[in-house]
Amino acid sequence: MAQHIDEIIESFSLLDDWESRYSLLIDLGKNLPDFPEHLKSDENLVKGCVSKVWMVPQINEGIFTFIGDSDAHIVRGLVGLLHIIYSGQPVDSLKVIDIEGIFEKFSLVQNLSPNRRNGVFAMIEKIKASSPR
Amino acid sequence: MEDNMMIKNVNNMPQANNLRNDFPALQGTMHGKRIAFLDSGASAQKPRAVIDAVTKAYAEGYANIHRGLYAFSQQKTAEYEAARAKIARFIGAPSPDQIVFTRNATEGINLVAQSWGRAFLTAGDEIILTEMEHHANLVPWHILKDQIGIVIKYIPVTDQGELVYESLLSLLSPRTKLVSCTQVSNVLGTVNNINRIKTILSVFNPDIRLLVDGSQAVVHRAVNMVDLDADFYVFTGHKLYGPTGVGVLYGKSALLNAMPPYQGGGDMIDRVTLDGSTFATAPARFEAGTPAIAEVIGLGAAVDYVTHIGMETIHAWEEDLVSYATEALRKMDGVRIIGEAEDKAGIISFTVEGCPSADVAMILDQCGVAVRTGHHCCQPLMARFGVDGTIRASFGLYNDKNDIDQLIDGLMKAKRMLV
Repeated sequence: MAQHIDEIIESFSLLDDWESRYSLLIDLGKNLPDFPEHLKSDENLVKGCVSKVWMVPQINEGIFTFIGDSDAHIVRGLVGLLHIIYSGQPVDSLKVIDIEGIFEKFSLVQNLSPNRRNGVFAMIEKIKASSPR
Repeated sequence: MEDNMMIKNVNNMPQANNLRNDFPALQGTMHGKRIAFLDSGASAQKPRAVIDAVTKAYAEGYANIHRGLYAFSQQKTAEYEAARAKIARFIGAPSPDQIVFTRNATEGINLVAQSWGRAFLTAGDEIILTEMEHHANLVPWHILKDQIGIVIKYIPVTDQGELVYESLLSLLSPRTKLVSCTQVSNVLGTVNNINRIKTILSVFNPDIRLLVDGSQAVVHRAVNMVDLDADFYVFTGHKLYGPTGVGVLYGKSALLNAMPPYQGGGDMIDRVTLDGSTFATAPARFEAGTPAIAEVIGLGAAVDYVTHIGMETIHAWEEDLVSYATEALRKMDGVRIIGEAEDKAGIISFTVEGCPSADVAMILDQCGVAVRTGHHCCQPLMARFGVDGTIRASFGLYNDKNDIDQLIDGLMKAKRMLV
């Protein structure tokens, strides 16, 4: 993941206007694996998001991954970003990843960074809840 | 293209609005851009006069009100009660004693549900709400239903976003005790014809009580309690350019004084012994504990401010703005306006085909445009129109054509990025 996320961070840093960054984010969302319609249930909804976000965590032999989707394009991009950061990580490491530090490097605007009261925070909490410790 | 709503000729309307200068927060920027604040329906900006009044309330002669025998307390009591009198005049209430200060409109409705509702309703009694109510005028009644077993019926809403007034007659029954209805829909902007509802009730059974949620109405139009003849009327201060934390419940005097207290505490009693208490008359009976003194005084200043401009002037200006914005939105491909009532006040809800509302709002934010998206605390109404949410632009007295032009530019950018 380290390599991949660094590339993404570099791509973002090359963009000096919000419009291009948002467009890149929207493109990241388009690359997310398909999310099956039947999994778009209340149970899989992430609570605390203004738009609808669904996430289903999966753990295989100690490796964490998840599938996710949103009804909003920019938010789906954020799900894509989290997918790059967290998917394929050992489940033990979920809580130690410095997610705030990573988001700071994206120089995304403030309202897309994880704050206690926004949806990105809620998504990260749901991911961390998969961690055994 | 729907043409049921009259589009006025607004070509002569000035582009800018000098009143904007009265609002310090609107002099700032958002993401480095001029701010087009189109979310006054959620909470309005505060004019300098209100900010100064709140500051002065604390900075000069501050003390707790009522019963203090020293000058500071008596001065602050006079200012607090003067605000009550101003608000009574503002809504045409016969007496300041009919003005109860609450935290907000929500608390006003909860007060009526829990005090009047629990005292005067029994299992099987019926109340009538509408499909367009804010959760604040739904949930308190749902709670009461669970507590004492009342029956709740709803006046439906047409595709245009107007109440089906004719249905009221078939919903009424000998068990009907209350109709509770918003005056202006916070989603659709529809101005409901309260007089028409009142007339139907008067003919059917004059003992049926009428509660009106005026939160979105008092900010856009002059209201008069004598003309409206509602039994209860609630609104919040912060949407009326006043501070947060203060709202108003108006009630007919005989009703208020027949109702048991909602909360107990200081400042609301007649006499207290260890065996029990007797209660003061309204409004003190419903104002237990130290109230929001500075906020009430600030709300008085807000009422002075809008009265000085004139509610008729504000009404006419905002009506032109709604026409201008409606016309501009209708010209855009893929825009669906939700709510096309003949009489609308200061609010336009819409969706943009292929553009999720949250995305649009996030892009508008970057363009300096503040709107609200989501269900607007009206989930049943969203279900009625078959949408998850809408984008809502709501107007205040400081808005102008520049704000709407900025909104349209932002929407075009959002469409380019999203579709």
